[in-house]
Formats: sequence, C-alpha cells, structure tokens
Amino acid sequence: MKETTLTIPSDRPRTRREPSKGWALPKLRELWEYRELLFFFVWRDIKVRYRQTVMGALWAIIQPFFTMVIFSLFFGRLAKIPSDGLPYPVFSYAALVPWTFFATALNQASNSLVVSANMVKKIYFPRLSLPIATVLASVVDFVLAFMVLLGMMLFYGLVPTTNVLWLPFFLLLALVTSLGVSLWLSAMNVQFRDVHYTIPFLTQAWLFVTPIAYPSSLLPEPWRTLYGLNPMAGVVEGFRWALLGTDTAPGPMTVVSAVVALILLISGAFYFRRMEQGFADVL
Amino acid sequence: MSKLAIDVAGLGKEYHIGGPQKNYYRLTDQLVDIATAPFRRAGRLLRGQASSAAELDQAIWAVKDVSFQIRAGEVVGIIGRNGAGKSTLLKILSGITDPTDGYADIYGRVGSLLEVGTGFHPELTGRENVFLNGAILGMRKSEIERKFDEIVAFAEIDKFIDTPVKHYSSGMYVRLAFSVAAHLEPEILLIDEVLAVGDIAFQRKCLGKMDDVAQAGRTVVFVSHNMGLLQTLCQRGIFLHQGGVDTDGTITEAVDAYLQTLEQARSHDLSQRTDRKGLGHVRLVGAEVFNGSQAGSSILKTGYPARFLFSVDAIVPGIACNFFIYDSIGQPVISFTSKTRGPEDSFDPKNGLMFVCELDELLLLPGRYRIDVAIVGDNRLQDFIEAAAVFEVGEGHVGGRPAPQDGKFSVVMSHRWTLPTKN
Repeated sequence: MKETTLTIPSDRPRTRREPSKGWALPKLRELWEYRELLFFFVWRDIKVRYRQTVMGALWAIIQPFFTMVIFSLFFGRLAKIPSDGLPYPVFSYAALVPWTFFATALNQASNSLVVSANMVKKIYFPRLSLPIATVLASVVDFVLAFMVLLGMMLFYGLVPTTNVLWLPFFLLLALVTSLGVSLWLSAMNVQFRDVHYTIPFLTQAWLFVTPIAYPSSLLPEPWRTLYGLNPMAGVVEGFRWALLGTDTAPGPMTVVSAVVALILLISGAFYFRRMEQGFADVL
Repeated sequence: MSKLAIDVAGLGKEYHIGGPQKNYYRLTDQLVDIATAPFRRAGRLLRGQASSAAELDQAIWAVKDVSFQIRAGEVVGIIGRNGAGKSTLLKILSGITDPTDGYADIYGRVGSLLEVGTGFHPELTGRENVFLNGAILGMRKSEIERKFDEIVAFAEIDKFIDTPVKHYSSGMYVRLAFSVAAHLEPEILLIDEVLAVGDIAFQRKCLGKMDDVAQAGRTVVFVSHNMGLLQTLCQRGIFLHQGGVDTDGTITEAVDAYLQTLEQARSHDLSQRTDRKGLGHVRLVGAEVFNGSQAGSSILKTGYPARFLFSVDAIVPGIACNFFIYDSIGQPVISFTSKTRGPEDSFDPKNGLMFVCELDELLLLPGRYRIDVAIVGDNRLQDFIEAAAVFEVGEGHVGGRPAPQDGKFSVVMSHRWTLPTKN
C-alpha cells in the first residue's frame, strides 16, 4: 500500500523464518525459554497417565515386580542362573527398576509427537519438549518402583555402602540413554509409523542383551568392556554396585556406556533438529 | 517513520502430494508393487526424502513468491478462496512449518491462534486446561495466574472450572478454549478463522474482544471468510490468489478483488473446481437458481417465488445441504439447511440426486448475491464451494409494496403501516 519506508525496530527481537538447510544446532535456548511449557507437559503426562485405570499408579510397581517374580522362578530357581552371591529376587529387581524406566520412557516418548499431532500442526512450540516431557514424566514411575526396591533390601537385610553416593550418576546415565533413544525414535516415528510397531520387539530384544536376568560377570574381561556398548548394561551393573555392593564397580564398561549414551543423546538431538521442520507437514 | 513488524520476502512453500493412482491390470503387478514398495521407500529415506505414506511425486506450491511488509500496530486481513494459501502463510509466519523459498522476518513476540482449544486434554479439569493451554499458546505461568479470574469470567463457566472438560458441553468447551486464547497478549497476533464458535451471544462477545485487541495498537494478521467482520476490524487487506498476492491495499480494495474472482469462478463447471474443502465422498456437481415459473427462467424478483437446485454425485447417510447467501459486498444475509425438517419437506424420486429448495416469496432486495454451498454427510463436511452460484434479483413487490434497491440493506419483509392523521 503506502510506499513509506519502514524502520527495523531495534527494541524487538527478530525471528527469521526461512528454509532450513541440512544439519543445524538443536534449539536449546528456545527450549529453555519454554521451560514452563515443558513443566506443564510433564505435569500433564503424570496427571493423565493413570486416569481411568483401576490400579492407578500401582502399575508403575506391578510391571517390574511381577517381571521379577517370573525371572526369579524361571531363571533363578529353574535355570539356576548365578546372581553375584545375592538373593536372586533383589538381584534382578535392582536391574528391573532402571530398565522399566527406560522401556516405559521409550514406549511413551516414541509416540509423543504422533499423539500430539494436532498440536504440532496448529501451534508453534519447541518440538523437543514433547519427547523430553514424556521421558521426565516416567521418572515418577521410577521413584515408585525404587521405593519397593528399598523395601526389598530391608527385607533381605542389605545395607548400601558409600557406593550409594554414585547412584545419581547412574540415574543420570539412565536418563541420558532414554532421552537419546527417545529423540531418535520419536522423530523417526513421525515419518515411519513402522517404528511404533518395532518398539515392543526392540525393548524385548534389548532386555535380553542387558544383564538383568543374569550378571555381566558371566563374561570374561575384554568382552565385558565391549558389553558397555549397550549403555543400559552400564546403568544396570552400576545400580547393582551402588545399592547392593556387587563386584561391578565403575570401570571400563561404565566409561564405554557413558560415552555411547552421550553419543546417542547428541546425535539424537541433531537428528531431531533436522527432521523437526517437517513434522507439521508430515503428521 | 513507522516501525516494521513483519517483513515477508519472496516467500514460497512447496508441498509434495501423491501422484495419480496407478492402474493395475494384473493382480501380479499389484503384488509385485506391494512387495517392492518398502525397498523403494527405504531408498527414498536414505536419500533424505519424506514420507512413507504415499508415493510423493507431484509438487504444488501452496504459497509462491509472496512479499509484503506490515507495520507495527497495523491490523491486516488476509483473504482468498479455499486453497489460496492463507493458512499456509499463517503457518509459516507462526513457525509451525518452514518455507521452501524466501524468508519472513518477525519483530516481536508472536502469538498464533490457528485453532481454538488445541492441546486441551479431556481428562484434565477446566482450571488445569487453562494453565496447560495458556502455556502452549506461549503465556507465562504468572501471566495466566494474573488473568485467570478474567478468563473464567469471560467463558461464563465459573461453576464447572474444577470439572474435567470431558464432561463439558461442546459450547462450554469452546467458550473456555476461546477465552484462554482471547487473553493472549503478544506484540504480534496471527489469527485464523476461529470466531465461528459458540452461540451468537458468545460470538458477539468474542468480536468485541477482537475489536479491543485491534484497537490496542497491536499488530494483528487476520484470516477470515467473513468479509463484513474483516471490513470492520481491518484497515488493510491482502488478497491471496493461487498462492500469490493478487491485491494488497485497503481492505475494501482487497475484498472487491476477491468478490470479483469469486464471480469469475462461477463460470467454471462446478465439478472442475478445485478450490473446495471437505472429505469428498460426495461432491456438489451443480447449483442453479430459477424463479418459480416452469419456464426455468433464472431472473429472480423481490417478492416472487424462487427455486434453488443443488445436484450431488452420491448419497451418504445423514446427507444434508446447507447454503449461505451473501450480498455484493460479501456480507452474510441468510442461511438455509436441509438438516432441520419442516412439515412440508418431502422426497421426490423424480429429482434423483438433487436438493430442491423452494421459496414462495423471495424477501431479498434487488441486487447481486452469491451462494456458498456446504454438503455434509456421515457427520463430516463432505464438500464446500464458495460462490457455487451467483444470481441477480430484480425489482418486485412485497405485500403489494414496491421494494427498490438499497445500497446498504438487503432484506425486505411484508408489513403494513398505520399512519398518523390530523383529525
């Protein structure tokens, strides 16, 4: 209309919408600016997760607990799998607690963008906040299952040593691993719903390649370090060491696990960043 | 000198859509195709191309080479027919999707309102949803807390604020959702056709709120089909046609240009038109207007009978025809629906796939009118065409009284006066 020259305001931030070219840095600052939204998403997931279920939050305990019972019966009693000198139930449950967190987070997060398709198509907000929020919401389940672990330790008269100070580190490792894998899977699931059908199979296979029903001490050393390539192996053995004092102190395997987890997280964030501008068009 | 709020330069957005369906002559061809499809798709994935859902080989430009600047504080209406690129433009401006070409610079905090109630969770209470939805729309928690009472009061649902929204009536749901959105206060506000919600009284209230927003010196970009509304709210209008800017000027200029192309569109065969919305299981294939005489003349007169004929190409359960009459400046005048039944409604096998709507007395003043038609069925919108027909009303009589053209008003009613006398 009127050909007046318009000045560029210096007091207002400029946002540029332009074609994205290839790989770019993940939008972490934006995620920080929207931290309140992230908090609301976590809160929503927690509130909604067990609504309209009879058992409610008990589900967070039932799943790992009954898996433990089954493992104890078949692997502990029948197959007589060694358990590093510990009662088999507490040996396997200590591993199942972080494992269930990982599996739940994966399952929920991989679908997080698809179930919120309508929001993604109609509103702009950092897409990263959806998978991250679902992973964080799973922490509540973890805490509940962890309480039961403490109860079991009391029952078997196991007192943690100062190793327990390392526990937060292994928790963080579990979180980083879950987030990394979730970022990959959630972004892929937008394009290829095949991913959703792969998850049950993937978690099942992953369960068996992680030393949950058996100890990693079954493997001789060069192979044990290699086992760390599965970051959940590092997490699980770390948990046992920190809480139950098994002979799996942090070593080369833990380092390998930590490195792999970080690689997963960083590459996941970059992959997510590359795919995210297409989400609204593809969903 | 004015400050810049939005600067759009050479903006384009290309979408890939499925190509034509293949014809299979043999079952084996089809089986081979099904078997090889995963490999072809995996190949595409490796080359970084999109989607598993369809074979995407046709590209269309939803928006192409669009440039304009919007000054801070300006209220701009974006108009255009279905598929002209309005929604895509808003999606790019709000950051939901990236452009394929060009850029858009935005100065200031942007809030967008492309749909009312996105992100509402049925299991959460009204109160919880206000906070969640507010956060999704970009409000700070402190801001929502400050405005909370106002939001609830505006929505008129005080009593049910702690009830899960799944128990709300659809009216309550929409009122609450809109109320949250209406209290958004960014420097730049992008709004897509969201006012067609709630009952009439609430719509009026929303319009009032929108007017406040427009008056408050905020930059607003507004997409709507409601020309009357746009003309009251906006000073400037941008008319998009086939993905490009056709007219950028005062809102009146833009609306005029839009109405003109609507009339041109009418001359096309309806079944050939692509600017339509809806599911498409049923298509409107004909829309005609006749006067009451059997001769089939299409010249209507005020106060005389009129017949509206709409042909469809199929019947689905619960099919209904809605049509809307607009005057020459795009103001809505009246709507008709076959959904609500009257005692004189009937079925006539002779008519086949045709809706016939008959009026004994056409109570429209002389002038030019257009008809938008919506076909619904299976509880979904099946087809929607703007300006499916345009007709002219000539001068006539209502209740024996002449009804001349009036520049402003378009409806007339039969009536009588008792006049004052000096006795």
